[in-house]
Amino acid sequence: MQKKILDAISKNSRYSTEDLAAMLGTDGNVIEQEIKKMEEETVICGYPTLINWDKTENEKVTALIEVKVTPQRDMGFNKVAERIYKFDEVESVYLMSGGFDLTVIITGKSMKDVARFVSEKLSTLESVTSTATYFVMKKYKEYGIAMTGGKVEEERMLITP
Amino acid sequence: MRNPLSKKVVEIKPSGIRKFFDIVNEMDDAISLGVGEPDFDTPWHIREEGIYSLERGRTFYTSNAGLKELKTEVAKYQHRRFGLEYDSVSEVMITIGGSEAIDGALRAMIDDGDEVILPQPSYVSYEPCIVLANGVPVIVELEEKDSFKLTKEKLEAAITDKTKILIMPFPNNPTGAIMTKEDLEGIVELVIKHDLYVISDEIYSELTYGGNHVSIASFPGMKERTIVINGFSKSYAMTGWRLGYACGPKNILSQMLKIHQFAIMCAPTTSQYAAVEALKNGDEDVEKMRTAYDQRRNFLMKAFKDMGLQCFEPFGAFYVFPCIKEFGMTSDEFATRLLKEEKLAVVPGTAFGDSGEGFLRISYAYSIDDLKEGLDRINRFITRLREQKD
Ligand SMILES: Cc1ncc(COP(=O)(O)O)c(C=O)c1O
Repeated sequence: MQKKILDAISKNSRYSTEDLAAMLGTDGNVIEQEIKKMEEETVICGYPTLINWDKTENEKVTALIEVKVTPQRDMGFNKVAERIYKFDEVESVYLMSGGFDLTVIITGKSMKDVARFVSEKLSTLESVTSTATYFVMKKYKEYGIAMTGGKVEEERMLITP
Repeated sequence: MRNPLSKKVVEIKPSGIRKFFDIVNEMDDAISLGVGEPDFDTPWHIREEGIYSLERGRTFYTSNAGLKELKTEVAKYQHRRFGLEYDSVSEVMITIGGSEAIDGALRAMIDDGDEVILPQPSYVSYEPCIVLANGVPVIVELEEKDSFKLTKEKLEAAITDKTKILIMPFPNNPTGAIMTKEDLEGIVELVIKHDLYVISDEIYSELTYGGNHVSIASFPGMKERTIVINGFSKSYAMTGWRLGYACGPKNILSQMLKIHQFAIMCAPTTSQYAAVEALKNGDEDVEKMRTAYDQRRNFLMKAFKDMGLQCFEPFGAFYVFPCIKEFGMTSDEFATRLLKEEKLAVVPGTAFGDSGEGFLRISYAYSIDDLKEGLDRINRFITRLREQKD
């Protein structure tokens, strides 16, 4: 049941409990219990909304930063990552295989904002040895959802055999 | 001037769907739960393969029976999914949709006056194709009390010494009925006893809920007397690509191929390349779509229960077939009024045969939000009807 619920809400967290229950052929209590359990176990970590800020008045700048770190004694990657991800402006942090160690994605109001974060907060951390910052110019797709283009029109005829 | 037309063709009734389509088209803001094709786009990796084939300049005919690679994949797929073993060279042919395969199989097998047993309600093309091939359709009316399955008794009653072919339209459009292994056993027995051939339209074979589809060709002694028809339209959401296939014994397939060779030449090349990709790497897409359809099916069944609208539970395809007999109207009247009063298009059950009277075909090839909107309209409509009756 948990897998079924997750599959159903992974692309749309707004189904009501009743709708989910109907879709999965169970009743509302079961859905509520299972969701609660998954929230407690942080299998479900949150329900953010995917917003295309480019279409609003509010400007947002996103940057991807490649970070190299030297893990300190008593302070492995996890600890460094935690010191980074605690900053509010940090959207995502991933530990990477390959040429650098962490990918940090941050959003700010302006390029200056982002630059300030990198120079004042990130690169000043003792364990950070280098950073390379790339600004996002346009978002095409996020969380499996295309961000460009308008609403898709129904192409099918109204009645077919 | 002489009459240019063939009597046989003129006498074929236009499809009931067509008539309804014309009414719907005159309404500008109607919404619909009347569509018989998936709402999903063809998965991108499949479309991409089609595009790539065009870029590579693969814009020529393929061999008549279809690309060798595609036939090989079809044979592998039939084995993987349904345990059927076909020789990809002589027992598989690629057609323009399941549609062409239905027509070709009937034309290759029927002599004037041969009887073809046709269970209804079922897809609209069988009956006219039988007639065009000079066969005689013998309709078996499936009933809700049997969950719209073909029973041994019904089949037996329809068999005469002229019967040659049985059409097996399961999973069924429009009822959503399926035939399980147990359901098929009695049918197989009769088919063999009376030396019949079967055309098994398995176009919805990927869309069954609660158990894998069982092909009648998988029974001992049945492969040599069955043409299995399948295709890409429903399982891979590829209706517009116009691609299907037939699998069957070489002696029949070679004659079908003759018709295909002269009437069609070959199925669309771009679609064939895309279909290779679908069969090689599309299992996961099918699974995803099946899960989505199943959610919608549950959703509709629950909604009908809440409305108190009688509906047997369908286990296949993407249709539900609720009963509207309580309202004392024909399916046609009901559907027409629903369209005029609530601007919702559904298909009257009678479009699929007289035994569809008293039922509606409602498709769930729609998003949950669309289904909700449609269900609201149905609910409003029947609530009004019930109030008027009291
Ligand atoms: C039962 C059945 N068979 C065959 C077809 C034809 O499909 P296609 O020619 O697209 O493969 C359909 C399409 O609606 C169908 O519902």
